[in-house]
Amino acid sequence: MDEALAPPKGTIGPVAWLRGNLFSGPVNGLVTLMLSAALVWVALQVGGWAVSEARWNVVTDNLRVFLIGRYPGDLAWRIWLSLAIPSVLAGLSAGAYGRTTRMLAVTLSAVQALIAVLIATSPIGILGVLAYSANAAAVWVAFVIGLRGLIPRRVLTAAWLVSLPTCFILIAGFTGTPLASVGTNDWGGLLLTVLLATVGIVLSFPLGVLLALGRRSTLPVVRILSTGYIELIRGVPLVTILFMADLILPLFLPAEWRLDRVARAMGGITLFSAAYVAENVRGGLQSIPTGQVEAAQALGLTGVQTNISIVLPQALRAVIPANVGLFISLLKDTTLVSIIGLLELLSVGRAVLAQPDSLGARMEVYVFVAAVFFVLCYAMSQASYRVERALGVGTR
Amino acid sequence: MLSGTHRARAVPLWRDVRALRFAVQAAVLLVVVVPVVLMAGNFATATEERGLGFGFGFLRRQAGFEIDDSLVPYSAASTYGSAFLVGLLNTLFVSAVGIILATILGIGVGVARLSPNWLLSRLAAGYVELMRNTPLLLQLVIIFFLVFLQLPPVAESVAIANVAYLNQRGLYVPGANATDGFAIWIGFWVAAVAALVITRIVARRREDEGRPVRRLRTMGVLVAVALPVIGWFAAGGSPLSFDLPVLGPFNFSGGVEFSTGFAALLTGLVIYTAAFIGEVVRGGIQAVRRGQLEAARALGLSEGQVLGLVIFPQALRIIVPPLTSQYLNLTKNSSLAIAVGYSDLFKIGQTMSNQTGQPVPVIVMVMGTYLVISLATSLLMNLYNRRVQVIER
Repeated sequence: MDEALAPPKGTIGPVAWLRGNLFSGPVNGLVTLMLSAALVWVALQVGGWAVSEARWNVVTDNLRVFLIGRYPGDLAWRIWLSLAIPSVLAGLSAGAYGRTTRMLAVTLSAVQALIAVLIATSPIGILGVLAYSANAAAVWVAFVIGLRGLIPRRVLTAAWLVSLPTCFILIAGFTGTPLASVGTNDWGGLLLTVLLATVGIVLSFPLGVLLALGRRSTLPVVRILSTGYIELIRGVPLVTILFMADLILPLFLPAEWRLDRVARAMGGITLFSAAYVAENVRGGLQSIPTGQVEAAQALGLTGVQTNISIVLPQALRAVIPANVGLFISLLKDTTLVSIIGLLELLSVGRAVLAQPDSLGARMEVYVFVAAVFFVLCYAMSQASYRVERALGVGTR
Repeated sequence: MLSGTHRARAVPLWRDVRALRFAVQAAVLLVVVVPVVLMAGNFATATEERGLGFGFGFLRRQAGFEIDDSLVPYSAASTYGSAFLVGLLNTLFVSAVGIILATILGIGVGVARLSPNWLLSRLAAGYVELMRNTPLLLQLVIIFFLVFLQLPPVAESVAIANVAYLNQRGLYVPGANATDGFAIWIGFWVAAVAALVITRIVARRREDEGRPVRRLRTMGVLVAVALPVIGWFAAGGSPLSFDLPVLGPFNFSGGVEFSTGFAALLTGLVIYTAAFIGEVVRGGIQAVRRGQLEAARALGLSEGQVLGLVIFPQALRIIVPPLTSQYLNLTKNSSLAIAVGYSDLFKIGQTMSNQTGQPVPVIVMVMGTYLVISLATSLLMNLYNRRVQVIER
């Protein structure tokens, strides 16, 4: 009696699925057939090229340049080490907090594992493979430790705060110390791309929060200045701002200040993304019900206290997914620094193409660069999409 | 005694809200103004040392550089001012064409994403992901070097119906020039537009009175189509003379030329932005409640009517604001023209800055122009947005 009736014939199973989704009518069937034919043709062409014609050795032989530019090869351990710091921290946080940090941990681990595989095909050496594999594994070890709750959250927050400067010092070094200085002119490739985007988003965050608060301020001077800045920056293309940072900023700074080009580009990117962060944060601020502010006022909190302990914690949590999206577009936008002559991933690709050995390997190099960006951006957007759904943003 | 308590109650200056507000604003102003003044001082010394000076006088000087793509007459003997104008027109042109094409392709992508055909919707999704997750600059470089520069050289141009030609250097299409009868022909066009407007007004009035309007509308369209055709002959010979591109010893002469850089930039901007517009359109359509679709079908509307009369007008309300920001992005992204050698505002600005040694006035002009374009686009789209929004009681 409890036996469920079998579903009507032809409503489940692969044949029914095909009929429902691909051949539901004559037009639909025709579309399916034509698309399949086109798809097969393209796949055969691309597959044939990738397997038999493409000279992937142009990429693997130059992999070091693609990854770190002209950074000295014997100092590459400093980059591995500086990657280990966020890897371990992301793992620990993923265990302790879950949610957003878990996506960061998974992305970091997967990307470094992928780099290890790539290095295995290149002449960089086994040490690089081991280092990146170790970093990828460290994320998961740290995750287990974090799950046990062995590290207090306060310590973790503090560690995150000092991690970026630490990484920066590790990579840059100091003249005359055992940690020899490496000039920013030698930073390049994926290293520079990721550094520009990370520094841009991290530094622009506090600035963007201030601007967002300023735009909603009741003080006219503060509001007009903030609104003016945000709209001005959002109305012009990033290239013009980079152009300003590269050529015009030195004219406005004291002659003794010799900021190097990478620092100026970082400044330009930070000032640019601050305006976009501000608009994201403003969205978050607007999502806080007025009741929260009124309750805080009723409790006798001052304006500053209300913002710091009531409004901002809720607002910033709500804008994390939007800021991940901003980080992704910033990562893509770092390619624009090639226009002012910095050697990020795309311009490294062009430099590689200028070598006589890689003549005619344009497709290989560009496909590789595109694939790197795609993997990074797609992984992050998918992770952020999942987090968004888990948090219930937009559905609650 | 009384005055004593009063004094004790009086709010001290450092807790007086009005004083505090004033102090905070003054402090903020100081924090902004002082660096600006200091920087202006540095700038004055720097320009004096380099003997650059500051001013817009150079705009009247001879530019001395050629520009490949120009919508208005321009030569190396023209002024910097006209060079700037050429750049501005190029930016506006590529953005306007790009916005139209990206919208059409984007709507296609958005609708394909929602297609009941699994393969089609998956392909559209793949396209969107590929475009959104790779940098536009890289896409432009790939389109320029790996597609357009792989076209055959000038001597082996691909002929399209023997009137247009495509090769490495660009696309050559017939150009049209006005002849004597052109003004008369334009008059007929004006009459055609007037006929359409009048029909519309009359039709609306009759509709309000509940009388049928279909025949009137058909009549209006027929008249509007017929008028320019009649005008063509009424003008006494062709009002336009066509100028076909002709292959000379080195290159094509005559006709209108669209350079490879323009074609690559336009293609890149269109396919990149269409992916984003596709997502906007999909979001808008999905946000229309399902009941609307079911009700429209229940009323017996055809699939086309359901989409055109019920779903789209409602989706438009949700689509317009994010669409505006995509249009703005496309316009700003056109500044990447420099990577494919198309002479847009930014590229010409850079050349001007290099030649005159006056980067500051040039960048002020370039950024100011982009800002004006952005603000004008926002304004137009906001006006349109107000029209499509439902007026709620």
